[in-house]
Amino acid sequence: MKDLYQQQRAMRNMRQAALQRGVIAVLDIGSSKVACFVLQFDGPGVYRETDGVGPMAGQTNFRVIGAATTRSRGVRFGEIETMAETERAIRTAVQAAQKLAGVRVDHAIACIAGARPASYGLAGDAPLKNGKVGQGDIAHVLASCEVPDFGRGRQVLHAQPVNFMVDGRSGLMDPREHSGQSLGVDMHVLTVDGDAIDNLIHVIRRCDMELAGVASGSYMSALSSLVEDEQELGAACVDMGGGATGVSIFVRKHMIFADAVPMGGDLVTQDIAKGLKVPMAVAERLKTLNGGVEATGRDDRDLIELGGETGDWETDRRTVSRADLIGIMRPRVEEILEEVAAILDAAGFDHMPSQQVVLTGGGSQIPGLDGLAARMLGRNVRIGRPLRIHGLPHQLTGPNFASAVGLALFAAHPQDEWWDFEMPAETYPARSLRRAYRWFRNNW
Amino acid sequence: MQGVDRDYDPGFSPQPTPPRKGWQRPQQTAQKPKRDPAPSRLAYRLHRMWLTPYFRRLTRVGLPAFLFAFLSLLWLSDDDRRASLAGGLTGMVEAVQNRERFMVKVMTIDGASGPVDKALRMMLPVDLPASSFDIDLDQLRSDILMLDAVRDVELRIKPDGVLAAKVIERQPMLLWRHARGIEQLDETGHRVASVTDRAVRSELPLIAGEGADKVAREAIQIFAAAGPMLPRVRGLQRVGERRWDLVLDRGQRIMLPANGPVAALERVIVLNQAEDMLGRDISVVDMRDGTRPVARVGIAAQNEIRAFQGRPLLGPDGRELPQDEDKKS
Repeated sequence: MKDLYQQQRAMRNMRQAALQRGVIAVLDIGSSKVACFVLQFDGPGVYRETDGVGPMAGQTNFRVIGAATTRSRGVRFGEIETMAETERAIRTAVQAAQKLAGVRVDHAIACIAGARPASYGLAGDAPLKNGKVGQGDIAHVLASCEVPDFGRGRQVLHAQPVNFMVDGRSGLMDPREHSGQSLGVDMHVLTVDGDAIDNLIHVIRRCDMELAGVASGSYMSALSSLVEDEQELGAACVDMGGGATGVSIFVRKHMIFADAVPMGGDLVTQDIAKGLKVPMAVAERLKTLNGGVEATGRDDRDLIELGGETGDWETDRRTVSRADLIGIMRPRVEEILEEVAAILDAAGFDHMPSQQVVLTGGGSQIPGLDGLAARMLGRNVRIGRPLRIHGLPHQLTGPNFASAVGLALFAAHPQDEWWDFEMPAETYPARSLRRAYRWFRNNW
Repeated sequence: MQGVDRDYDPGFSPQPTPPRKGWQRPQQTAQKPKRDPAPSRLAYRLHRMWLTPYFRRLTRVGLPAFLFAFLSLLWLSDDDRRASLAGGLTGMVEAVQNRERFMVKVMTIDGASGPVDKALRMMLPVDLPASSFDIDLDQLRSDILMLDAVRDVELRIKPDGVLAAKVIERQPMLLWRHARGIEQLDETGHRVASVTDRAVRSELPLIAGEGADKVAREAIQIFAAAGPMLPRVRGLQRVGERRWDLVLDRGQRIMLPANGPVAALERVIVLNQAEDMLGRDISVVDMRDGTRPVARVGIAAQNEIRAFQGRPLLGPDGRELPQDEDKKS
């Protein structure tokens, strides 16, 4: 895990450099669209507490100065499939956003929605030598976590300490300076396919930018669409994207679980295209304009012109009732939600204190979805929209931009990850000067 | 056979119509790919380069400035072009300066006597009519003030092209005779003009001696005080750049002290009025000693006294004449 540590550290440094320069790009490479926001950090002091603004979830110190979105190309199930096409899509979005912002962006933070995420809860324990928790002890206990075999080619995307325990006192956010005999930690580790990350890095590097951070898509959309209370009390966020549906569970402001279903809105479109024998573009239009999951009696009489450009009059003049369309869409949406329910069950969502489910992502805009989801997931469900961030154009504030907005928040205020803490001194080479320096700093 | 067709009823079938086996759709021609604009790598890179602040500044400021400088220097490297450019510029400036509005046609001079008027007209550096830009009024004024006869001059260019000069001349108050000739002085002792002869300005009092012009004011006061004696006064002579001698006709001379010459003169005048001192044969009245006047008796009177006492007579140079000569005569 050491090279991962170094790699993530390098990304953090790059993020710091970008923040110093004041401009960073946020790239949401989804299966249906690629969105790019250019963020400008003006540093603290723009708004003060005395102005009555308050921290506002930490989004007061940046501003979106350029935002662009384009149709995605070459991305399937939240993973990059065709590098060159994806590169073109990213170029389009980045160039448009740069043009809008009027500045050149060299650092990007991206999120990855698919790539088979897997969540692990790790626990570690270490005795305290000084009877008091110091910086080095935290590093020790983080290093003492028993790391399971993630499997070949897996890479750790997030490794966040979610809970610290000192002598059985659990639920500590910041154990520094606590006195006790032993320090324990619970860590949430999210791994994804390493190849997907490598592809992402490569494709962004081909766009002449440096990757200053990678995050999980489901985590990002939860960050932007869960309100603070939900993050604190416990909630699940379901990000219904085009190619993948991400699920993440939050409690006490920490992500404790994340997973993704490789099914999404594209599959619904595909079903409509197959069922009605229309091109994908027409199916997409039907889905977005007339789609739904709850059929009513009126929908039987609501005839939709299919249209089309086949050249055959009979084919192009067909009409279907909206009830037919709903009849095609609903089973697929149900299937996706079933998978989500299975994931939530597997994660033990039943045992959470609060069982709020927040649906977000482009798929959550299907009319009647909240009713269906409430029936399927059996809990209190709401449709979530991302937080408002400063400078974002109105047409980009919909739920389909949840993960992009979450990335912007993440860029401004990343959660403490394992690699943000100091490395335990033992991992340094034995004769390293830095090891000696660390020893002096910790013992004097 | 009929039984087969028995159920045949056009328009009705007890079974749902079997799905048709896909009728022959017109074969789709290969669809043109939808317009899917994406910047090429080159365009993307150029755009990013253009957004680089230094490059942008270089292109938008540096390059035009360099091109402008380069081309203008290239153009100016030819002598003829440089000359024509300079000529054109001066021509333009002159065309503006020589406009009717700026022309000075007449010079009017107020308060100047004939010679001064003539001199002023001569001093004008340009021939009228000339542009007012060519006349440097400050310079002209300082030039005019160098003329001794002019005490002050006011120059202005009035509308309709009139250069008006208002001259205040110096009034001669004294004549000053010195080694180089005779000059007229004003009340401050400044030179006004030269005269060739005393008779030209016989009405002016005469002073003489080195440094007399520096104390002209005192000389004027002395002349003013000398009122009753004035018909007899020949002039004032400065002695040793220190004090005055008032020279009267008949070779008489009043030596005035360095301090308070006017008071001394007034004393002499009182003496004269009381005792007709100056009507007698007294060659010098010496007032230098402040306590009393000292008179030097004239040669004729001395000789008369000597003859009366039987002493040898004095010659006109003040020496005793030899006795034998005296006998001869």
